[in-house]
Amino acid sequence: MPDLRQTYDVLVAGGGNAALCAAITARQAGASVLLLESAPKAFRGGNSRHTRNLRAMHDKPNDVLIEAYHEDEYWDDLLRVTGGNTDEALARMTIRASSGVFGWMQACGVRFQPSLTGTLNLGRTNAFFLGGGKALVNAYYLTAERLGVDIIYDTEVLSLNMDDGFVRTVDITLRGFPETVQARCVVASAGGFQANLDWMRQYWGDAVDNFVIRGTPFNRGRVLKNLLDQGVGAIGDPTQCHAVALDARAPKFDGGITTRLDSVPYSVVVNQNGDRFYDEGEDVWPKRYAIWGRLIAQQPGQIAYSICDSKAFRLFMPSVYPAYKADTIEELAIRMKLDPMKVRQTVEEYNAAIPPGQSFDNLKLDGNHTVGLTPNKTNWARSVDKGPFYGYPLRPGITFTYLGVRVNEKAQVIMDNGQPAGNLFASGEIMAGNILGKGYLAGFGMTIGTVFGRIAGQEAANRARN
Amino acid sequence: MQETELIERARHEVEVCNACRYCEGFCAVFPALELRREYTAGDLSYLANLCHGCRGCYYACQYAPPHEWGINIPKVMAEVRQQSYTEYAWPKGMGSLFERNGTIVSGVIVASISIVLILSMLLVSPENFWKARPAEAGSFYAVIPLIVMQVVGVASFGFALVAMWMGARNFWKDAGPEGGVGPVALGIALWDVLTLKNLGGNGNGCNDNSEAFSMRRRMLHHAMFYGFMLCFAATTVGFFYHTLFGWHAPYDYLSVPVVLGTVGGVMLMIGTLGLFAMKLMEDPGPVSRKLLGGDVAMLLLLALSSLTGLVLLAVRSTGAMGLALAIHLGFILALFLVLPYSKMVHGVYRSAALLRRAAERNMKPLGGE
Repeated sequence: MPDLRQTYDVLVAGGGNAALCAAITARQAGASVLLLESAPKAFRGGNSRHTRNLRAMHDKPNDVLIEAYHEDEYWDDLLRVTGGNTDEALARMTIRASSGVFGWMQACGVRFQPSLTGTLNLGRTNAFFLGGGKALVNAYYLTAERLGVDIIYDTEVLSLNMDDGFVRTVDITLRGFPETVQARCVVASAGGFQANLDWMRQYWGDAVDNFVIRGTPFNRGRVLKNLLDQGVGAIGDPTQCHAVALDARAPKFDGGITTRLDSVPYSVVVNQNGDRFYDEGEDVWPKRYAIWGRLIAQQPGQIAYSICDSKAFRLFMPSVYPAYKADTIEELAIRMKLDPMKVRQTVEEYNAAIPPGQSFDNLKLDGNHTVGLTPNKTNWARSVDKGPFYGYPLRPGITFTYLGVRVNEKAQVIMDNGQPAGNLFASGEIMAGNILGKGYLAGFGMTIGTVFGRIAGQEAANRARN
Repeated sequence: MQETELIERARHEVEVCNACRYCEGFCAVFPALELRREYTAGDLSYLANLCHGCRGCYYACQYAPPHEWGINIPKVMAEVRQQSYTEYAWPKGMGSLFERNGTIVSGVIVASISIVLILSMLLVSPENFWKARPAEAGSFYAVIPLIVMQVVGVASFGFALVAMWMGARNFWKDAGPEGGVGPVALGIALWDVLTLKNLGGNGNGCNDNSEAFSMRRRMLHHAMFYGFMLCFAATTVGFFYHTLFGWHAPYDYLSVPVVLGTVGGVMLMIGTLGLFAMKLMEDPGPVSRKLLGGDVAMLLLLALSSLTGLVLLAVRSTGAMGLALAIHLGFILALFLVLPYSKMVHGVYRSAALLRRAAERNMKPLGGE
């Protein structure tokens, strides 16, 4: 057990990718570092343990990535998904820095692999961690321990006690017991608040009881709220979260990647009244999966049902739960506790609305559409008529929240009055809203965490040692 | 393979893997399971025997215990392998020897040594048994007659080969590929066997007892395997010396069989004792404790076979030669007898599984883009 009476150079609140990058970088710069992770060791690593890759700019192929992904293309992708809800200077700095992180990551024990399957065609833009995010987190913890970072699990940061823009003391619960510790600088890397259902309820009402939280139950937003209550500048829409459609049978927390379902574009999707409510074939799934969480959250009971026939069943990745299966649509509806006559009517109307003579192609936007429905399906509209029929229940799955603390290019936290805090830095989801104010770009959260974690660690160490 | 609760459990875990696929860079198991969405019991036997137990996936798994799903691929695969050894064993009833295998292997060792010792001491006069002889041609046969060595050796080893061949046939019928096997597939599989490529975590090694990677297990297994092969080569060279040239053991310290056997024996001891030491220190999480007995018994049998061989080499011109020879041959007899009903069969089924994987190397994964 480390001696907590000492004043550490750098205290890192959090235990995911961004926290680890900050802690290791600060230690490498000569600082004494204490890292406090609120989860037990087995569940350490925040949402990073559920990630798989990192989006990185590169001007030519390297040992990890193929072809090239230039700054401008990266920036355009970001601009498109955020709809301009970003900070160009911070974003471009992050993008440029992403091209230089591999050497450091590999020196810290992180291993990469060629991308193989099921990865939404990301082999050019995203570097895949061998074994996924938990393997990356493991490598960073081993490196941090080897370098002499003091790490304590089951220990939550409750309050960074600020006075005149400086953190003076830090209140924690040390494995259940209250404790106060001191540090010259603090890096806040404790994530968003999506696992704090009561906070989410303020914006979503009781619908949150039907939400699935895809990642860690430990992102309760304690540090975020504590900072915002003390005059730290806020950024990002507090009401918004990244919500995807996933299998309704997922566990409430920590279901991760396996509960996703890619069936929607090849299905008819109805709500619990048996009505269709949105164009299932609007665009390719990688560009649409993130709007379906919100769409389902707006339906009665926050649930929807994806129904397809045996022609479509093999076109998408399996979810971890077996599909409901029946020889007729009515039987399938009964299995899913839906009104069988209503669902049959919806499917029949859909089938009747497909003009003949269209040729189906699941590999592109094939233009197969329905006519006269509200709403119409505009691609991959093909009759659902060849049994057996398959169904999956869907619910909104929350990945992360957008609300965060404002930072500058040195990862310094900015106060409401526009001045940077004296000794407080931030990295990871807690500040990602500065750059990613809306939407999502696969692997970009890990990029922000890595780049800002490194900056925060370096700046905090510099400040503490001077 | 029979449908059992274990097979059901393995199927469920493999389905979780197929929906996740984060581990596909580690080894051959994950690309192999991505080729299908439904798994027969035979498919699961194939995947289980393809698994080398490196544990990379256990430490990388976001669903590993204490997650509520408790996914533990190395453990469930080890248990399915054990079920497959039982079911493919020939003759059929002998499969039950894989239950409590550690006890059975130990019992066979004790019985073999006792029988060889008692018989040689009964049948050879005490003066002869304890007599110090120069290491000259034929001195071993004064203690145990050549014809006895030949008949018992050929019969026990020959039976082991037949039994393992029949087991491999049972595996191939139940868990083999649908198509044929070409020479390229054979070459790939042989390379994978000889290099233990899949014990490499894509070049990073295994997880011995923590999240950290190391090449220790792969290197120790290589020492054990190639040491064993050198010992086997020594025996084969000796056999040719004897039958073709009429040169009778024991041979010179610098002769080919003795050099091969000595180097092989030392490597075998390093490998087996190293692997044994690793078992003492391993993380119980990804390990099936009930299989530990059989694993340890086989490691120690190999270690003691080579140790007693080296002792025999050291004392062969003293009065202890008779005793050392009897004990060494007792261990070798035990090794031959338990060969088809011990951990050693993993080599047969794993090679067959690697051959199926090589035969299916051009199949495309299902799902994804």
